[in-house]
Amino acid sequence: MGWAIALHGGAGDIPFSLPEERRAPREATLRHCLDLGVAALRANRPPLDVVELVVRELENSPCYNAGKGSVLTTAGTVEMEACIMDGNTNNCGAVSGLSTVVNAISLARLVMEKTPHIYLAFDGAEAFAREQGVEIMDPSHFITPENIERLKNAKEANRVQIDYTQPIKANSTNDQGDSQIGTVGCVAVDNHGNLASATSTGGLVNKMVGRIGDTPIIGSGTYANSFCAVSATGKGESIIRATVARDVAALMEYKGLSLKEAAAYVVEKVPKGNVGLVAVSANGEVTMPFNTTGMFRACATEEGYSEIAIWPVDSNGISEDSQK
Amino acid sequence: MVGWAIAVHGGAGVDPSLPAERQEAARRVLSRCLALGASALRAGRAAVDVVEMVVRDLETDPVFNSGRGSALTRDGTVEMEASIMDGRGRRCGAVSGLTTVKNPVSLARLVMDRSPHSYLAFDGAEEFARQQGVEVVDNSYFVTDENVSMLKLAKEANSILYDYRVPIPETCSAGAGAMQMNGLPISIYAPETVGCAVVDANGHCASATSTGGLMNKMCGRIGDSPLIGAGTYACGACAVSCTGEGEAIIRSTLARDVAAVMEYKGMRLQEAVDWAIKERLDEGKAGLIAVSGDGEVAFGFNTVGMFRGCATEQGLMEVAIW
Repeated sequence: MGWAIALHGGAGDIPFSLPEERRAPREATLRHCLDLGVAALRANRPPLDVVELVVRELENSPCYNAGKGSVLTTAGTVEMEACIMDGNTNNCGAVSGLSTVVNAISLARLVMEKTPHIYLAFDGAEAFAREQGVEIMDPSHFITPENIERLKNAKEANRVQIDYTQPIKANSTNDQGDSQIGTVGCVAVDNHGNLASATSTGGLVNKMVGRIGDTPIIGSGTYANSFCAVSATGKGESIIRATVARDVAALMEYKGLSLKEAAAYVVEKVPKGNVGLVAVSANGEVTMPFNTTGMFRACATEEGYSEIAIWPVDSNGISEDSQK
Repeated sequence: MVGWAIAVHGGAGVDPSLPAERQEAARRVLSRCLALGASALRAGRAAVDVVEMVVRDLETDPVFNSGRGSALTRDGTVEMEASIMDGRGRRCGAVSGLTTVKNPVSLARLVMDRSPHSYLAFDGAEEFARQQGVEVVDNSYFVTDENVSMLKLAKEANSILYDYRVPIPETCSAGAGAMQMNGLPISIYAPETVGCAVVDANGHCASATSTGGLMNKMCGRIGDSPLIGAGTYACGACAVSCTGEGEAIIRSTLARDVAAVMEYKGMRLQEAVDWAIKERLDEGKAGLIAVSGDGEVAFGFNTVGMFRGCATEQGLMEVAIW
């Protein structure tokens, strides 16, 4: 038993050749967010607060696909969504279709705490944001030059792009252009076994206006109960049909699998290249499986284990990251 | 092969003092839908086609609250949502925030079949509807006088209640169960959802759910009906459609959990349904219909009544409210 925290910045076809200038800021952000989360847990903040503050930080970072730095719809706009869940009460909140709210995850939390509903979207969610007085910015605030470029490439390739770290070459023979990076998330447990999960995203590059992914759907991209807390990332459509986040918890609850077993099983059943997740259990265990090339991730436990990584850790336990 | 089976519902949570002619009207619509579905199944139609066809019929009829006859938002408008899932491959499609689309379930199907996505909402969904050429009408088409009156009553009730868990005096004396759902007295609360679950002659399951949502809801509020795993779910083992307090159904991932206990605990269909209703809802009020790949049908609800019906290849045909 003890606290534990895990966070991610998206799973996908992250190339091993990712240049240093694109990799360093992402790693630095993961490190910074991990430190923030750990400090909060050590200060006995409730996990619900911890996951919210970590995801806010990830949203504010322009190098991840949430908040500022969100990928663009086919219309060149930003539509953000997020979800938060409290494992103790199963209370949850979700938002979709936000274009001016600086921290979608905080609005999701307000839906949970200040309305009789769970999920608000589009104009209704934006109106609620104004009622609540949360921080809003002009939609242009969220748009970065990199994402304008990604959208252009995706349109040229005429494809909905899920991996946005690499520009798509129009004549690319790699049909696996459907690689997945798309979300940020955080899960945490304190040393009393209280669990919480939060996920936030801009969605898919070149997505149809109005497209909702797995992130705000309880049981798909986000879930927490008394067994575990899960935040998933990858191809939303695959995560939804596999009810990924709920299934990890269901396997623990109904089949008695351990956290690692349950998470590995769920990830394995989703077609390769489509999913990654972070999860913690009431006992303070942590797992971060993925079936993509890589997943930006970080975790720490009270026992002293900590990891920040992008690609798989090899069989010697040495992160391939450190071999580069 | 054990044969096809079909279940339909028109919402959980029924006013015990619902006038006889309303009960009759509901029974007639349910019977008609069952006959429609059974006939299609006899003709060998696939489960996913049958659920769409039946839910279209329920949406078109104003008796239940989906499509025409939908519950109203706090602004007096209609925002509809729906989802459909084909157990064969677990393909799915969902829509929310529709204001002009005559048959939301059919748009959900098109999202599944003709878009690269699983879920479209609000302006984007309306735009997709126009691209697909589905039938659209003015929002006023969906608004009935009855629901305009209901909305007024709901606003009055909500203005007294801040915390919807505080019980308000019962308006009728028929005892059993809570007389309140979603913060409204049962006489005002309108069952909000329709759904259908089918297993076809080949043992494939599918389900679909459609609704106008919660009376007096905030604009932009999304309930359980379009959420895969909450209001709708289908896989190889079964297909489920839920109705009732949307928030309770979402947090309990009710539809997925029926299938999960079958898959992970080896329960049969009725046992799984009973278990989910009893163990997963806490204080929430809801109901569901389900079919299994083995040709079974099951209902479960912890509300006072659920409009429902079922039919099987073996000749069972049943419509019930209580």
